[in-house]
Amino acid sequence: MNDEDRELVERLRAGEEDAFVALVARHHASMLRLARSFVSSAAVAEEVVQDTWVGVLRGIDGFAGRSSFKTWLLRILVNRARTTGMRERRSVAIGDAVPAVDASRFDAAGAWSSPPQHWVQDSDDRMLAQSLSQRIEETLQELPPRQREVVTLRDVDGLSGREVCQVLDISEANQRVLLHRGRSHLRQALEDAVVS
Amino acid sequence: MRLLWRNDELVCRQVVEMVTDYLEGVLSRGQRKRLDAHLAGCEHCSEYLAQMRATIRLTGRLRSEDLTPQMREELGDIYRRWRAEED
Repeated sequence: MNDEDRELVERLRAGEEDAFVALVARHHASMLRLARSFVSSAAVAEEVVQDTWVGVLRGIDGFAGRSSFKTWLLRILVNRARTTGMRERRSVAIGDAVPAVDASRFDAAGAWSSPPQHWVQDSDDRMLAQSLSQRIEETLQELPPRQREVVTLRDVDGLSGREVCQVLDISEANQRVLLHRGRSHLRQALEDAVVS
Repeated sequence: MRLLWRNDELVCRQVVEMVTDYLEGVLSRGQRKRLDAHLAGCEHCSEYLAQMRATIRLTGRLRSEDLTPQMREELGDIYRRWRAEED
């Protein structure tokens, strides 16, 4: 477990309110972002986050530290979000098998006919980076929820693949498929944004 | 037939579908070697891989909203109510 979280959890168990405040500050943004992929409004997402903290406080003495605190916390959040009934139970389906790159960009032999336009170097430009961030935010919102959840947890919050599986209760194979589709979407959106 | 296919060179359209497994380190040794061999000779797929890495890097830079004062206040209340229940 992350050392700083471990220490804060111990202090929380010892009854220090400051430790609670610090844990909230550390994890709030990730929680809100994840909650938002389960519910439609920001206000409801905030309720889910609050509800999660209630669950954390009630369960903290039973938290054994087998997983990281963050994984445990986000699992509680996902369970709350799903069971509060604010969103119909979603199917585990991972959606249609959309290719990572549109088939029209390859020739009959499967080689690029319309190769990727270069933009990696340009993305270091500060002005452009800002508009690309905006584009990523928008594209994330448009992704199917499961893809959005996986990409957010992996690439925004920095969880490992295994942790994401624990939080969302999905298999490693599903996690990779969702990650692949989500990232492929984002890459295409960035290419479109830079080239247009 | 199957064996023949396995030894075939990869085409770009297959490579773009293998990129995540490649970055996740879950390809078999054989698949990885075939992919590396393709990348060594294909500038477009190398560019594609670089773009996937850049996409991951840029996504990792997204900033989230800070805790609002109101939310901070409400969470403080949650803590104090919990303490009151505990005592």
